[in-house]
Amino acid sequence: MIKVEFLGPIGKAPLEMDANTLADVASKLKEDSTLSHWLDKCAVALNDTMVNDLNTALKDGDRVSILPPVCGG
Amino acid sequence: MELYNGPLDAKEIFGRWLDEQAESNYGAYIPFVGTIRAEDDIEALSFDIYEPVLKAWFDAWQEKAKALGAVVKMAHSVGDVPVHTSSYVSAVFSPKRRVALELIDAFVEDFKANAPIWKYDVKNGERIYAADRSTAMNGAGLLA
Repeated sequence: MIKVEFLGPIGKAPLEMDANTLADVASKLKEDSTLSHWLDKCAVALNDTMVNDLNTALKDGDRVSILPPVCGG
Repeated sequence: MELYNGPLDAKEIFGRWLDEQAESNYGAYIPFVGTIRAEDDIEALSFDIYEPVLKAWFDAWQEKAKALGAVVKMAHSVGDVPVHTSSYVSAVFSPKRRVALELIDAFVEDFKANAPIWKYDVKNGERIYAADRSTAMNGAGLLA
């Protein structure tokens, strides 16, 4: 199992799921209509490191963070 | 990197940073202050921060600065920050001014685009995500 957490304004409770790659996570999140207007704008971190490859392999206990558009300052 | 609940004491932070580097032989010290403007009837801005990714982002900038013989500093607020107070301060120290002037520009612009901080307008005590002023981070849309 891996954990997916939604940061900042998304306001959604964390999810746990079985996934071997980030592509599997994408498939599952796309089924969730509450995320449909977020996914195209959000960046992704794996265990607090930013990632850019859908083929990134996941292992049990990994934590995927979904980061919506930012505005510091 | 320093995080504080509520507004920043910019004078204390800048003074302390200046004291810390007093003997470091840097010829240039360029501070930047972000102040909350009164506009659109807001009472305050409010901020969420994801600290682990912010720290990684800041550590990468410290390495870039070090390669130029410079030092970058920053402090940011968490939670509500009233209008006319400061939510963000940063600074660059470098041996000569040109490096510091260029670095503060690049550092502050990348901060706006890629530091994991979320901004909300506070109106009538309600937090409203500043969606139209926010920027998708590098790599956004991976899961879409």
